[in-house]
Parts: sequence; structure tokens; C-alpha cells
Amino acid sequence: MTKHRVGLFIPCYVDQFYPQVGIATLELLEKFGCEVVYPPNQTCCGQPMANSGFEHLTTGCNDLFIKNFSEFDYIVAPSGSCVLHIKEHLHGSDIPKKMYELVEFLTDVLKVDSLEASFPYKVGLHQSCHGQRGLGLAQMSELMAPPFSKPQQLLDLVKGIELINLDRVDECCGFGGTFCVAEEAVSVKMGKDRVADHIHHGAEVITGADMSCLMHLEGILRRQKSDVRVKHIAEILNSQIKA
Amino acid sequence: MSTNHNNHAALAAAFNKDEPRVEWHDQTLWWVRKKRDIAAAKVPDWEALRDTASRIKDNVLSNLSGYLRQFEEEAIRNGITVHWAADATEHNQIILSLLQKHKVDKMVKSKSMLTEECHLNEFLHENGVEVIDTDLGERVVQLAGEPPSHIVLPCIHKKKEEIGEIFHEHLGTPAGNADPQFLTHAARLHLREKFLTRRVALTGVNFAVAETGEFVVCTNEGNADMGAHLADVHIACMGIEKIIPQRRHLGVFLRLLARSATGQPITTYSSHFRRPRPGQEMHIVLVDNGRSVHLGRKDFRNSLKCIRCAACFNTCPVYRRSGGHSYHTAVAGPIGSILAPNLDRSKYADLPFASTLCGSCSNVCPVKIDIHEQLYKWRQVIVQEGNATAGKKAAMKAMNWVLSNPSVYHGAGRAGRWFMLNAPFTVNNGLNAWWRQRDMPVAPKQSFGEWYKKNKH
Repeated sequence: MTKHRVGLFIPCYVDQFYPQVGIATLELLEKFGCEVVYPPNQTCCGQPMANSGFEHLTTGCNDLFIKNFSEFDYIVAPSGSCVLHIKEHLHGSDIPKKMYELVEFLTDVLKVDSLEASFPYKVGLHQSCHGQRGLGLAQMSELMAPPFSKPQQLLDLVKGIELINLDRVDECCGFGGTFCVAEEAVSVKMGKDRVADHIHHGAEVITGADMSCLMHLEGILRRQKSDVRVKHIAEILNSQIKA
Repeated sequence: MSTNHNNHAALAAAFNKDEPRVEWHDQTLWWVRKKRDIAAAKVPDWEALRDTASRIKDNVLSNLSGYLRQFEEEAIRNGITVHWAADATEHNQIILSLLQKHKVDKMVKSKSMLTEECHLNEFLHENGVEVIDTDLGERVVQLAGEPPSHIVLPCIHKKKEEIGEIFHEHLGTPAGNADPQFLTHAARLHLREKFLTRRVALTGVNFAVAETGEFVVCTNEGNADMGAHLADVHIACMGIEKIIPQRRHLGVFLRLLARSATGQPITTYSSHFRRPRPGQEMHIVLVDNGRSVHLGRKDFRNSLKCIRCAACFNTCPVYRRSGGHSYHTAVAGPIGSILAPNLDRSKYADLPFASTLCGSCSNVCPVKIDIHEQLYKWRQVIVQEGNATAGKKAAMKAMNWVLSNPSVYHGAGRAGRWFMLNAPFTVNNGLNAWWRQRDMPVAPKQSFGEWYKKNKH
């Protein structure tokens, strides 16, 4: 098997607040034989500014990204949202076609069909919108088309895991980048409703492919003093917890 | 008009003060979304049908002037009087002059979002004309002195008990009676008298067929028909984008409209109006009101494909939790948020930001308008035209400086985490909109970058 040379992009807020997600992503990719390099001078994809209407200010981020990642065969990041932004906005470089979100890289490029992972908990899968509707990680409930779910395909390989059902399988959590503070009331209500759906169906852990949504849901869970935790899907796929 | 920048957020925050009500509103509309899913799933090749509708509308938008002239010619041949209105003012004036010509100061009107857009009711009221909205939901909000909060379900924000109170006050129904069947019967008696006595009826238009000069009005209550068939004068008002090339295209749009809107296979009445009955006058007012300008905007023109089904409202997690009035425009929801900036960028600068860009709206849209992508594009236009607040501009410039300079970013990250660990009160306070209802993430001692440097190098 040829060794895939992967540039690891760890989004800014994951770098700063959730280093364990970056570590799990790195370890997972190495487990599957990739040569992984983390360019140290990386910062952010530029999405927070672009989604706020300041796309014209993102050239600094874009140039930096191209400088950091041009040399790699593949660029992988544990975030559907940042990956979608890069794919849609880094025009004039070959980066968009080399850019993968972690789950799709595992299922589509590495074609992972078995995992040495175990995670004996009831888990609710939060489908983050940009990964799902933007990158097509899973079928969307609005479309009349056959179902599939790449995150679920991977989670099903984990021993001991029990995936719960949800009343609303792909409703937005309300994070939405700067929306979460600009439209605080609606954002929080959306998050509370998402959390309630997971708790109602007995989730012990909420997972997903986007830490930003999970950060928002975690903030609500902690405020409610709930025992339910959030875990990025990379952490579960890299887990060795025995029952 | 910087005071308008936070309108949606502020109005939505006010709506969210009553959390059980927000939940009720959300669940009611989600139920409609689910009905739409069930209805759509029953149609083989639903997605192909959406695609066909979208392509027919592409053709319409590319040949709009031709189809409009064809429609005018055919309509005149059918005995309909055709009027052209460049804007809301002209539209309202045309209606008023028709009423004055017939010496009439009372009129019935079925559902027409266009007349809401033009604020016709207010204009006619100021000119001494009494307008009775005959769609039940419209009548409820009219009696309540409010605009509709939803283009298909105008009083969806009202509970039946509140409607009972409104009817008690205005129609004399017994206090405390909130039985929907009873209230509907009371409305029917009330409206019956209006239908029988009004000489002018105004209706909206769902589709106008260029090939035949006819137009189609879809209702569930038959109120458009009651008004039009009993009146001496039927006035129909339509935005110029409502045109479709041929009658056979109704087979596409009528299948999509009601399923997308309410999950019904078809509206109870899909009434075709082709020519006035003997002795009746029939007028059609074709209204531009910014549409031809919009048509010239490459990134935004295809929002003119909209058939006003409101599927994007019902699926929108923000709309469901902020209520239609928070959009402060006649057409609310995701589609309203991309149409309104066309009319007034300053007044509606907040609306393209009233979204998480989740994309559900674009997926339910029966004519495949890229709604969430247009929301993103409007944000860029609004900022470029100077409609962002000074604070936001400064914050974005600072963010750009930090994120464009790795050493600054690393320093800022370390400093930020240090403050969160050692002086949490600097972030956990009422000024932090994140923290008010959510805990901050627990800051780790080292970032991933720092861990990598230590362990992998």
C-alpha cells in the first residue's frame, strides 16, 4: 500500500480548546498508515470572517493556508464546516480537490471497513449541517433519496457502541459561527432543543464530525449540569474503552 | 439606519421570552414540515419534479418580457383589462382608481402576499376604503391588527384560545369559546355577508399562463372564488414573476405547490380564471416593484422563481424559533431574507444574518432556489456597501490580523487560555453573549500545536 502523505489541518478553536480531538485525529490517520504532518504555522480557514460578510478580509488566511498545505497529497481536518469553507473559497489553487473532512477521508479514500475501537456507551449522532448538507457526509432528510451516513458507517464498526435514534435526525444545533452570539436567543434555544432530543432518547454521549456544534451543545449541557458529554467522532473511533 | 441592524435578533429575543410558546410554534411548524416530507415521498421522482420546475422557471426568467407580452395579448383577447404597475405606489393607485370609478368603498380580498408587500390595505384604509380579508387566517390577523406572520399560514403564531378572544371581541362569539369548528362557522357566517354585499373582489395569482392569458388562484377555503364569482369587478394582482409559459406546466407546479406548502396533494381549489362572465369586469395588475432590477442581479435573480409555498419557513430552525414578525417584512423566513434586501438593503441588512446557513431551506425548495447560498452572498454585499456596524468591522479586522499572523495567533491563543484558566471572570460575564446561557469550554493547558511540538518533533 502506498503511504498517503497527509497535511493535518487542525481548526483554530480545536487547536486552542480541544487538543485531544487533534491528537485523536492524528493517531487515527497514523493507525491507517498515513504519513501525517502538522504544519506549525497554520491558523484558521477564514470562515468566521467570510460568514459574517467579510470574505474580502480572508486573503491573509487563504494565502497562509496555501503556503502551509500546497505540498501535500491530501489535506485532512476534523471539521466539516472548515473543510467546506476551504473547498468553496480557495479558488485558484488545487487545494479544494485535495481537501477532506476526516470521516469522508476514512470512508472514501482509506476505505476503512474495520476498526480496533470500543466505546461502550449510548451515543447520539449530531449531523452537522456543513458536513452533511455541504459535503454530503449523509443523506439529508429533506431529499427524497436513498439513505446513507458515512459517520454512522464508521461508528457501526466500534465495539460496544449503541447509537440512539433521534426525533429530528438532521436539525441544525444553532451554532452557526457568529450567529451563536449575534442571535444568542435563537441559537441557545436551538441548542437546547437538540440537546433535549438526544437526552430524551437516552444518549450518554453526543458525537459529531464538527467540534464547533459540539462546543455549543457542551456549553448548554454544562450549564444544565447534565452528565451527558460531547465527544468528537475522532475520539470515539480512536477509543479503547472496555465495558 | 443603523438602529435596524439588530432588528431580527432583538425581535427574536423578545419572542423567546416565552419559551413554552416558542416550543409550541416550533413543533406546530415542524409538524407541517413532516407532512410535506410524507407527501413528497409519495410522488415518484420528486427530485426530478423539482428539477423540472426549476428549469421551467429558468426559462421564464430568461424570457420574461416575451412571456409577459404574450400573456397581455392573450388576456386582452379574453376580455381582461391589463394594467402595468412599476412599483407599489402605482399598484395601489390603480386599485384605488378602479374602486373610485365604480364608486365603491368596500372590497373583499383573498390571500395576496403582493398586496401585503405593497401595503395596499393601509393605503386603501387611508383613502376611506374598507378591505375585508376573506382568507380565515388573514381575517384573524386583520382583526388583531397585525400583519401575517407566515405567507401560507398567516395566523400560525396565534393559539386557538387567542383566536377565540379576537372573535369574541370583533364577531361577538361567546367569551371563552375556542372550539375551532365553532369559530370557523362563526367566521363563515361573518364572511358570507361580506361576499354577498361587496361589488369588488381582489384576488392574488398563483400562476399566470402566457399561452392562454388565464390565471390560476389556489386556495383551501374557496374564498377567492366566492369573492370573484359574486362581485361585479374582479381585480387580480400578480408579481411579474408569476408567469409560466404553458398550461401544461401547471402539471408540474400544482403538484409541487400544495405538497411543499402543507403536505396536501393539491389545494382544495385550483381555480382557473380566463375571461370575465357576461356583465363582469376582470382586471389584472402586473406589478414589478423591484423585480426587474432583481432580475439583473446574477447572484440573486433566481429567487424570483419562488412560488410562495413557504416550505423554507416550515423547515427553517430559526424561523420556527423566532416567529414571522421578527423578520419585519411581508414575506418572512429564508426566502423573505433574500428578497427583502432587494427592496431596501439598509432596512433589511439584518435579515441575511438571521440564519445559520444550515441549508435545509434550499433542500425543500420546490423550484431549487439556492437560498442559503444567496444569504451568504447578501452578507458580503451588505458589508461591502457599508451596512455593517463599526464594532463588527473593528472586530473582523482584528480577527483577520490575528489569524493572518501565526505568531500573533499562537500568542493570543496562549493568552486567551491563560485568562480562562486563571481569571475566568474575564470571559464569564454578562457582556459575553456566549456565556449568558452556555458555559465556556474548559481551556486546556496546552494547545494541539504545543502538544505536537513537544511530542512529535
